[in-house]
Amino acid sequence: MSLLLTAAQTVGPYVAIGFEKQSLPDVAPAGVAGERVVITGKIFDGDGQPVTDGVIETWQANSYGKYAHPDDTQEKLLEENFRGFGRVLTDAQGGFRLTTIKPGKVAGPDGLGSKEQAPHITVAIFMRGLLKHLMTRIYFPGEAANADDAVLNRVPAARRATLIARKAADGTLQWDVYLQGPNETVFFDY
Amino acid sequence: MSHLNPYRKSYFDTQPDYRYPPYRSTLKRAPTQPLVQIPQTLSEITGPVFSARDVKDTDNDLTAQHAGAPIGERMFVSGRVLDENGRPVPNTLIEMWQANAAGRYKHIVDDHDAPMDPNFTGFGRTVTDANGHYRFKTIKPGAYPWRNHYNAWRPAHLHFSLFGQGFAQRLVTQMYFPGDPLLEFDPMVMSVPDERARQRLVSSFDWENTVPEYAIAYHFDMILRGRDATPMETKGNKK
Repeated sequence: MSLLLTAAQTVGPYVAIGFEKQSLPDVAPAGVAGERVVITGKIFDGDGQPVTDGVIETWQANSYGKYAHPDDTQEKLLEENFRGFGRVLTDAQGGFRLTTIKPGKVAGPDGLGSKEQAPHITVAIFMRGLLKHLMTRIYFPGEAANADDAVLNRVPAARRATLIARKAADGTLQWDVYLQGPNETVFFDY
Repeated sequence: MSHLNPYRKSYFDTQPDYRYPPYRSTLKRAPTQPLVQIPQTLSEITGPVFSARDVKDTDNDLTAQHAGAPIGERMFVSGRVLDENGRPVPNTLIEMWQANAAGRYKHIVDDHDAPMDPNFTGFGRTVTDANGHYRFKTIKPGAYPWRNHYNAWRPAHLHFSLFGQGFAQRLVTQMYFPGDPLLEFDPMVMSVPDERARQRLVSSFDWENTVPEYAIAYHFDMILRGRDATPMETKGNKK
């Protein structure tokens, strides 16, 4: 190591000026393969108040479990029209809505050839009051592979449910973020 | 099995904690449970790939987005995006946003009693070149009051958002100006424990890029997490 890392600083209350231009609530354009999913949710602060100035960024593999990135050397099908990046700003009720496709399984922590991870979406959360962004994941309900996912198994069992979306009556997936409190969402360091 | 090449953990004391009481908004928004340590997998070491095709050539000029020129001190800011190992980070998207010269943001939440500038939006973006270089042309933002504590003023700053080459390198930061007397009173700046890391957030006067009789320039490099080991270069073997 030779250079000192730049410190993170909050996005502040005016983050929309910087992030709205590249807001991407529809992650998968028409023609991308895979099961279409709608993910909705809200972000709540420690008082249970909705966070109306938050941003959720998502990063995911395609339905074959392949990331559109040169470091992914898995021999899986790459789709040219799927970047895999999403970004939504929360609305006046603290809510967000993202449409995408369910990602396939990708290689586990030990690299290519290791046990694959359960389908998941990588998430970064930004807002005023966060000096650096929060890192978490969204997993899918009813997924057998969740039981032996290498990352989920690092999470205390009682808190794993905070990372798994719930299927609503209308078929959408619901995933709320609690910054604090009894249902505090699990956040990662990596 | 082929091993992944993870990014190093953030170096000691270079990053603020989530909870920092002098910045009041952290109290209800910082997580209270310990972060769960997870290994980096493909999901963390990869990230969205951008290229110059994602932006227009003029997107990095914040002074040319409206009919007239914005009011204020015209300036250039440029520098490089590097990793901790000193390697340039090419083709990374940089988003930049800021207040106008009077210290007012073009945002509905900003009720500071300072004039709006119809010729200034305060947003620009660019993609670094092959050597990690970037450059913006803008006007110097003003300081502005906020209600964090009595008589609180944010030092003039630019917001920068960088994607790096993997999600583990994602960074949003702020750039400050040299010699600003507000820096030592600012909870954002002071949230960074290490004095040298705080200094890294302050740009320097850039005489070489200052354009005579036109605009002052500032220099600001941004350093993203580096990787532990250099992977074997295999690109040359491809046909």
